[in-house]
Amino acid sequence: MQCEDLTEALAATSEGSGHLGRNERRHVERCLRCQAEIVQYRKLLRVMRTLRTDVLEPAPGLLADILANLEESGERHAIRSILSGRRIAYLGGLAAATAAGAAGAIVFASRTRRTRLAG
Amino acid sequence: MTDLVTAARDGDREAFDELVRVTHADTYTLAYRLTGDEEDARDVVQEAYLRAYRGLKRFRGDAQFSTWMYRITANCAATHLGRRQRHRHDELDEAAAVPDVHPDHDPQLRADADDLRGRLRVALESLPPRLRAVVVLRDIYDLPHEAIAAELGISESAAKVRLHRARNKLRDQLFPRRDGESRAV
Repeated sequence: MQCEDLTEALAATSEGSGHLGRNERRHVERCLRCQAEIVQYRKLLRVMRTLRTDVLEPAPGLLADILANLEESGERHAIRSILSGRRIAYLGGLAAATAAGAAGAIVFASRTRRTRLAG
Repeated sequence: MTDLVTAARDGDREAFDELVRVTHADTYTLAYRLTGDEEDARDVVQEAYLRAYRGLKRFRGDAQFSTWMYRITANCAATHLGRRQRHRHDELDEAAAVPDVHPDHDPQLRADADDLRGRLRVALESLPPRLRAVVVLRDIYDLPHEAIAAELGISESAAKVRLHRARNKLRDQLFPRRDGESRAV
């Protein structure tokens, strides 16, 4: 077994998400290079985790920009709702007028036919 | 925080603003780590909060709000970097040369524990964004592989391969081998 065959397994073991098989374990127990790699991976992961508590200070104005952006988006949404509401009302009115016109035409046509039949 | 999230989900805009106040530095930090650029990070953060606001009703609350924000931020950063990649092909090249941060070449980068953190930051910034995103989300923010893959729009196995490559590159930069020693990647 070569050290190169183990690199992925060593990283996974250091993270705690993998296990070494019997042959791999035997190799690592006798291989200083692989042992050093495990130590390095563990160190790397430990330092990575410490970065979690590092919070960068955003440039001044970011918070205000985010809030303004949200506000603007909210206003745009409200305007869109109003416009779409108006559009619906307009289309509704148009549909009602069309329906009324059609009904009137039908009534007129049926009366005309009745008058002709009576005559 | 939970009360704020509940109130914000019920439509309380001020509660959402407060959530932004409480979390924006953390979100910015992640965005900066993913993009490696202040301007990009600002854009990503703004987009992330907009998406969060619009999708707040879909937030089930079974995860922490911060974790949910990390996922949205990761997704926004991936979109942002993808858009930028279409204009500039240089930064996402995985084979791009990494700066030489060999401690022997720079006395300031030598020795003690604090220095290791400093060198790690430099090494992270030098990673190609594709690799950096995976290792930052996994090893700093502890997101599961599945979530990382979903937010970056890649398969879980691709996420694992990238993570392995990223860790190897970081390790090589932090613990450089002496001349003559070779290391498999």
